[in-house]
Amino acid sequence: MLSASQIVFERYFEPVFEPVNFDLKSGELLLVTGANGCGKTTLIRVLAGILHPTSGQLDLKAAGMAYVGHYLGIKDDLSVVENLRFMRDFLGTSGTSCEQLISQVGLTRVAEQQARTLSAGQRKRCALARLLVSEAQLWLLDEPYSNLDQEGVELVDILLNRHLDAGGACVLATHGAHRPQWAGTTDYHLVSGAAA
Amino acid sequence: MSGQAVNASLSRAFFALVRRDILLAFRRRTELLFPVIFLMVVVSLFPLGIGPGPQLLARIAPGVIWIAALLATVISLDALFRSDFEDGTLEQFVISGHPLTLIALAKILSHWLVAGLPIVLLSPLLALWMNLPGESLGVMILTLAIGTPILSLIGSIGVGLTISLKRGGQLLSLLVFPLYVPILIIATAAVMAASDSLPYTQFLGLLTAGLITSVTLAPFAAAAALKISLS
Repeated sequence: MLSASQIVFERYFEPVFEPVNFDLKSGELLLVTGANGCGKTTLIRVLAGILHPTSGQLDLKAAGMAYVGHYLGIKDDLSVVENLRFMRDFLGTSGTSCEQLISQVGLTRVAEQQARTLSAGQRKRCALARLLVSEAQLWLLDEPYSNLDQEGVELVDILLNRHLDAGGACVLATHGAHRPQWAGTTDYHLVSGAAA
Repeated sequence: MSGQAVNASLSRAFFALVRRDILLAFRRRTELLFPVIFLMVVVSLFPLGIGPGPQLLARIAPGVIWIAALLATVISLDALFRSDFEDGTLEQFVISGHPLTLIALAKILSHWLVAGLPIVLLSPLLALWMNLPGESLGVMILTLAIGTPILSLIGSIGVGLTISLKRGGQLLSLLVFPLYVPILIIATAAVMAASDSLPYTQFLGLLTAGLITSVTLAPFAAAAALKISLS
């Protein structure tokens, strides 16, 4: 679904991480771990196509890509439902109803509230609902467990397992406090380019 | 997907974005009203500062109204991409796979509807304050109707380039004002020609040519600028 060979990204002529190679197939999870500042976020952004790799080959064959990063892309002045409805119309997906997705991530009680009134964890849940709205095959998750309570962490794992079970794939970057349980998990330890 | 299905999904995305931006503008009313109030205040200061001589006011009216329109547009420009850039929505747009040019065009259109159109609608009132003769009022409105979209279009390139800077707004005005100069010259020349009962259609033609050129080129340039700012 997504394969990378010798991906290098340079910032100010310094490689951010050592060359990255992997081949991610349907139903697989690539767990990117590494110390703070080793380039996990940069790698995810390169995979998402926001940044362009300095060298190397990136081969994407997925139907749709969805990304949850540090900036969640939620509009403060729109309610949870409005945020999701906009994304649904914008992406042109129509599968499940937005209300149903909101109840799946446990935000029914605040669905009509403006996003500025939500806590950091609730905002994260809203961003997770957007993953489901996108109906994308490939998920790129950058620290999806941050800001979430125990129940929220379990929610991420449930959604992730369901997604991978349905033939999706996922690249998940985490500093390693919690790791998802999935049989088809490949560990990828990212090494900072400065260490080389 | 067939070509038709792609077109349908692109136009749906385009209008979803325009609708969302207009909804957001009405949710942030201060951002919506501030440029309009600023425009009215700037224009109303001129009769106070220069004195209410009807002939003098009428003479400087086109220039004053147009300069005030430029200032009001530049004030509102920063909102064009900044909030989407800062909260990560722009990244989501890039990942969606929709062309960034189309997204830029949708955002420019909603910016004009929210910031440019009110200037056009207010111009009869401003013209009245400045004692602009009735016969040139129509030309004044027409130059603003053709000219303000150009301001949004050219401005979007500047916003795209300065968005990743903390104090981008200040640099933005230095960047776009020189580019606005030709529009200011042509538009005020048209209104002055109309006040003097001289032919003015050539100026309107030039302005329209400017609009067509900027509609075709500016969204591409803005999209390229955004890509640079994102990396």
